[in-house]
Amino acid sequence: MPEKYHIQTKPIPPRRPRIGKYGIVDWREDCCRCHNCVKKACVYDRHREEAGYIHDMKDVDALFFDCMGCFSCVQNCTKALLSLEVNPIYEALGNSYWTPDIIQTTWMQAETAKIPVSGAGYRGPFSGPGFDSMWTDMSEIVRPTRDGIHGREYISTSVDLGRKRPFLAFEGQALMDSDGPLVSLPMPLIIDMASPDHTLPELDPLFRETAARTGLIAIMDSCAWPFAETYLPHVAFHLHPDGPELPRDVLNQTRLIELPDGPDVLKRIAAIKKDCPHLVVSIKVMLGAGGSQRAIELANLPAIEMLHIAADPNGNEIGVSQPRFIKDILRETHVALIESGTRDQVTLMSSGGIALAEHMAKAIICGADLVAMSLPLMIALECQLCHSCEPGMHCPAQLESINTAYGVGRMTNLVSAWHDQLVEVMGAMGMREARRLRGDVGRGMFFKELEEDTFGKLFGTRK
Amino acid sequence: MANCSVQENNLKDVLPENTLKTRVPQTQVSRDIRPAPSRYRNEISKTIIRRSHDCTKCGRCVEVCPHGVHVKKPGYKYFAEPCLDLCIGTACETTDHFCVAHCPQKALRLVENPAMKVLGDCRWTADMMLATWKMAETGDIPPAEYGYEYECGNSGGGFDRLRFKYPDKLAVAVRPEDVDTSIELNRTGDSRPQVKIDVPWYGGGMSFGSVSNVTQLSKARVAVAWNTFTCSGEGGYMERLRPYDDHVITQIATGLFGVREETIQRVPIVEFKYAQGAKPGLGGHLLGEKNTVSVAKMREAMLGISLFSPFPFHSVYSIEDHMKHIDWIKHINRRALVSSKVSTPTDVDMVAIGSYAAGTHIVHLDGGYGGTGAAPDIAKKNIAMPIEYAIAKVHGFLKAEGARDDVTLIASGGIRNAHDIAKAIALGADGVVIGTSELIALGCVRCTRCSAGRGCPRGIATTDPTLQTQMDIEWGTQRLINLYNAWRKEFIQILCRLGLRSVGELCGRTDLLMHLDYTNDLEHKS
Ligand code: SF4
Ligand code: SF4
Ligand code: SF4
Ligand code: SF4
Repeated sequence: MPEKYHIQTKPIPPRRPRIGKYGIVDWREDCCRCHNCVKKACVYDRHREEAGYIHDMKDVDALFFDCMGCFSCVQNCTKALLSLEVNPIYEALGNSYWTPDIIQTTWMQAETAKIPVSGAGYRGPFSGPGFDSMWTDMSEIVRPTRDGIHGREYISTSVDLGRKRPFLAFEGQALMDSDGPLVSLPMPLIIDMASPDHTLPELDPLFRETAARTGLIAIMDSCAWPFAETYLPHVAFHLHPDGPELPRDVLNQTRLIELPDGPDVLKRIAAIKKDCPHLVVSIKVMLGAGGSQRAIELANLPAIEMLHIAADPNGNEIGVSQPRFIKDILRETHVALIESGTRDQVTLMSSGGIALAEHMAKAIICGADLVAMSLPLMIALECQLCHSCEPGMHCPAQLESINTAYGVGRMTNLVSAWHDQLVEVMGAMGMREARRLRGDVGRGMFFKELEEDTFGKLFGTRK
Repeated sequence: MANCSVQENNLKDVLPENTLKTRVPQTQVSRDIRPAPSRYRNEISKTIIRRSHDCTKCGRCVEVCPHGVHVKKPGYKYFAEPCLDLCIGTACETTDHFCVAHCPQKALRLVENPAMKVLGDCRWTADMMLATWKMAETGDIPPAEYGYEYECGNSGGGFDRLRFKYPDKLAVAVRPEDVDTSIELNRTGDSRPQVKIDVPWYGGGMSFGSVSNVTQLSKARVAVAWNTFTCSGEGGYMERLRPYDDHVITQIATGLFGVREETIQRVPIVEFKYAQGAKPGLGGHLLGEKNTVSVAKMREAMLGISLFSPFPFHSVYSIEDHMKHIDWIKHINRRALVSSKVSTPTDVDMVAIGSYAAGTHIVHLDGGYGGTGAAPDIAKKNIAMPIEYAIAKVHGFLKAEGARDDVTLIASGGIRNAHDIAKAIALGADGVVIGTSELIALGCVRCTRCSAGRGCPRGIATTDPTLQTQMDIEWGTQRLINLYNAWRKEFIQILCRLGLRSVGELCGRTDLLMHLDYTNDLEHKS
């Protein structure tokens, strides 16, 4: 058995007071001071913790909201003075795409490195926009083991980046593995450049260290150089045409490089390939108007090894009046490349809207080879997506004073939890390799299609 | 219970001798409805009455309120806390007995309960939970004046967007007493006994260890009272369930924990659990620390080691393997019906027809949104399709294959009340399995903490000795008996309004349904 991909994790508690969903409201006036006050009976001892918290409160801006919402004290209080409320600060977290629930589950994963588990069945909507309009498949009796008998430990999440041959080729007796260089990643995830709206420059070292610890690659603006050379294998520079030039020996120690799309992009690829032939070159195409068409055009060119198609942080096309969601663009691009017979040659990476581990699996089912993300890693640092990241503004997560152990630990925990969840859904599907999941829409079920197939046949046309 | 058809008189003919020897006398539980008020002092209510300091304790409010909300005990100077769950809230404003209007001091105020925003979620809305509690308390459909909107949730799809098309006038009126709510579970026409249950639902599997003894026994007792079934879950067969053997389905899951020939011989239905809606395609994992002395004994495992239920059955890789397993059970227990519990993959129709071909009596589909126990969030939300699609798909496919009449189709995974049951049956199921609703009736608030720390803080899904004591068996049983009664009443009401006399007449009648998001303009051949 080859060496197993394993990420070392350890629990890292939050630095800031927790922002829980529920708070207890207490009408103290009418309290009759029972000896056996229900507050003592809280299974989680929350009332006592709250009292302690208020007693030595360090942060006046953060109230105590860590009740688990079991209603026991509310329903047992002698005078019915207690009530539960949803924490208004919790409700204000994030935005309509990055919901409070997403932020909270990310915090929890960053703290514990565990897959979120809860009881009481599913509590959410039937379906929703974006990635919520699809489900993933599972294997049942008739085909329990598409990939043979295996346990989770046999599931491989690794992917290869670079241009692959469409058919087997031999050099003498030896099988040639690819046309050009290939980069192997242990999971289909790349740490994207942090969006300028949501970040402070001090975070780059943390992203690098996280990439090194998890065996992944972090994309970084070329201005980030210099830093310790040991990180270079885990960094992919994003080279702006007007950014600083990087010495060849620096580039030579990296494995992947990213160029923004532009009119002279082919020339730039050729230039890089001439100097550093072992680098896999990825072209970043922003999904603005005509972006998806451009991506398909590029993908069909023999010089292109890898494409990074980037939607906005919420997964939508940028600056388009009726934006499509990344999942639909991925499906369209994937199918177009299959039709032109080039799908297996180029690597397709998508970014934007990847907020949960399930989005990674779903994007791959829709046709991506891998995904890139950075916002979830910011959230792992207790970022609330409040958009006040500029120096001088108050950052509620205090990201300006972050230490490495905490920052890298939390981000590593999150990546590990995502990896475990990917293995979980792949196990359910009976898939043994992340490479084979790519574009396998048979492992997904789509809201639109299921509706048409069942309710459409029974009730006419969907309004 | 003369009509109790799951009890067989000639067990001697069908049960092996050693099983007969170990058979214990079966407990009877009466179906009587008795009030079973909340075990909490303050039941959660939609609205709250606030009393200000202007109150002179004149007692006028006690006099006017016909619902007994305001309580002033004789000899006491002050009011006790009001019974707010009895208050009909805003519906009272237009009556002549609205306490707020009658109070001479203007000391009362009716306000919305802020906790309603916290309670529930879009599948189980706060109203639906309050209504379920009311049904479990009274055994009756909640009166309209409470204003509970509980027939549908707010999930925006599936059952929550389906409605019945009730005809304005019926050709022949159906009286409630003429409606038959029973269903038969053996449709294969083989020589095995007919098992008939009095209501078109039975209780789902919740293992020893995942819920408290009281919860499990209350579920077993209500199954006896209503002549239906409960399921042992996969954690082994509790000895305490033995007086209810005739109403227990024992489960054989992939870990085979606690499965012995003898336990299989005890019961009228044996269920193969291939997958479950809460975590379709994933195995189970009981942490070592939860493998306590009693759990280890029940599961026939070593104390303190982590116990894995693999996925899938490592002895079933084809329908032929499945058939061998079914034959094995049929051989060991000559009277048992076999149920195959599967989840809802893309090709759920193929799974169903395969199970049928392998000789199962019951195909039990557990939809992707189902489950009560702890499961990874990613699995609960994403893996496998919702049950609403699966029922329609499987029913249609079995019909096209000419197999529909020979197998019983049971659906579960998100069935919350009598309306959901009726909709599931109209989509094509014969009956349903329920789980969460029973826990709600016992006082679950869906706080999702079932598996964390000591387990359920409300004593429902926990084996913690102290927490468990919050509930007793008599109360638990009565709550469930009441809930079943209210559901049955409501189910009968639905059938009457549709002019139908039996569950079978509703099965597959999608022409009686409409979907709020569709044009509903297809011609149905009825
Ligand atoms: S139980 Fe209620 S009334 Fe009694 S002391 Fe506690 S808060 Fe006050
Ligand atoms: S609702 Fe439950 S968790 Fe919250 S404070 Fe009260 S007893 Fe504790
Ligand atoms: S509002 Fe009506 S039902 Fe409620 S307490 Fe007052 S009189 Fe009674
Ligand atoms: S822990 Fe919460 S959700 Fe689970 S059974 Fe108890 S009350 Fe219900």
